[in-house]
Amino acid sequence: MNAPDSHQAGVGVEVRALKKSFNGQEVLKGLDFKVEPGEIFVIMGPSGSGKSVLLKQIIGLELADEGEILINGESIQSPDVMEKYRMAMVFQSGALLNSLTVGENVGLYLAEHRLKPPEEITSIVAKNLELVGLKGTEDKMPSELSGGMKKRVSIARALIVEPQLILYDEPTSELDPISAAMIGQEILNLNQRSHVTSVVVSHDRELAFGIADRIAVIDEGRIVAIGTPDEVKSKSDPAIQKFLHAEIKRPTKVD
Amino acid sequence: MFENIGEMLVLFWRTLMALPMAWRQRHKVFEQFFEVGNASLLMVCILSFFIGGETALQTGPFLAERSFAGYLGGIVGYSVCRELAPILMAILIAGRYGSAVAAEIGSMRVYQEIDALRTMNINPIQYLILPRLVAIAIALPMLVMFAILVGWMGGAVVSASNNRIDIPVQVFFKNLQEVVQFRDVGNGLFKSFCFALIIGIVSCHQGLVTIGGLRGIGRSVTKAVVNSIVLIIIFDYILTRVLLK
Repeated sequence: MNAPDSHQAGVGVEVRALKKSFNGQEVLKGLDFKVEPGEIFVIMGPSGSGKSVLLKQIIGLELADEGEILINGESIQSPDVMEKYRMAMVFQSGALLNSLTVGENVGLYLAEHRLKPPEEITSIVAKNLELVGLKGTEDKMPSELSGGMKKRVSIARALIVEPQLILYDEPTSELDPISAAMIGQEILNLNQRSHVTSVVVSHDRELAFGIADRIAVIDEGRIVAIGTPDEVKSKSDPAIQKFLHAEIKRPTKVD
Repeated sequence: MFENIGEMLVLFWRTLMALPMAWRQRHKVFEQFFEVGNASLLMVCILSFFIGGETALQTGPFLAERSFAGYLGGIVGYSVCRELAPILMAILIAGRYGSAVAAEIGSMRVYQEIDALRTMNINPIQYLILPRLVAIAIALPMLVMFAILVGWMGGAVVSASNNRIDIPVQVFFKNLQEVVQFRDVGNGLFKSFCFALIIGIVSCHQGLVTIGGLRGIGRSVTKAVVNSIVLIIIFDYILTRVLLK
């Protein structure tokens, strides 16, 4: 992740035969897929299907047991690849640093790497907060924000890096429908504005079908469907249909 | 505890390697320094005054009965600066600051704040561990210096005011001056520097390896304090043996 420059085209991501186990339990059982540059790729699946682990491996927080991950054709294991491309992640909890203000959180990357003078950082932070609809919240502490606001601050913090790849981990979990729609809209806007590649992990069906260029459905550590939203919807596989059409059935009343 | 010693040594080594970055992190070092030093000062004062007083009270009457009361200043001065102040202040700071560090870093780990730092290419060792280790390594010896002086005063006050000892303050300090040398004080300060590194590394390490939510944070805090104290006492013996006159 070098100093941001004007070149901001999205990068391609390729995952090959990826396997990961925790305490002898295989979470990912060999994943293969390709994300095109500038695409919004949504990975869906039930909780515990290994979606978040996959994101952590793409950004280098966890190492794969087997298989490889390529960014623009280069393995993330090879030296300097992680520094060469700018990547950012929006965590499920937001993962804002609780001891810093909103403004300090958003500007942390620039301040710690001394990429800009403090006055310029202040104005960039203000601009980024405005982009996510949180103008004037610089001096608030994360504990004063609602769940949705925290996620938006987290998106603003990711944008500071001027990323070529953004990974979103359950961006709409624990949010009300209005906030969830705003986040979805934000992901779309960002993608259109800067052609960043977005990989979104979610089990929110509305979000997935609303924003995705392509969707992959993971179940028990394997991809069971991949394609455009329409292609995925039309798959007849019972596991996919069960996931896509899960609903609550009222018990029939007996008089 | 002992299975983690290798990990702690690696963490210590990496923090040492990051030492050239300490100046860049000076604001954080100062914040932490304030946290260890200033916030503990009153507690250090009270504790060390009573430690000096108790040492005088335990040994004073015994010496006075045998007409050796004149040596009390030396005995109190020597034991406070070489042993009591360094070890008791280290235990106090392990409880106060070590627990706070383990809780803070532990909750940052649990709530993915450390992962977030890593995705921004910010090294958690430089950002979190280095400022805390540098701060405690400077602050603890300073606190101990302070504790030694207050401890001596406590000893002198008790010696003068207790009628079974009854030694004037001047006599107490005159003997202290004859017995205690600069290198004895330096010895105590060196020990406290080593104890500071133990507290810093043990607490930061416990924070970094925290797993399992709030309960995990609680476990890390307990382990940080207990392991620090055990290691401090073991190292105290080793250092005392090595530094013996």
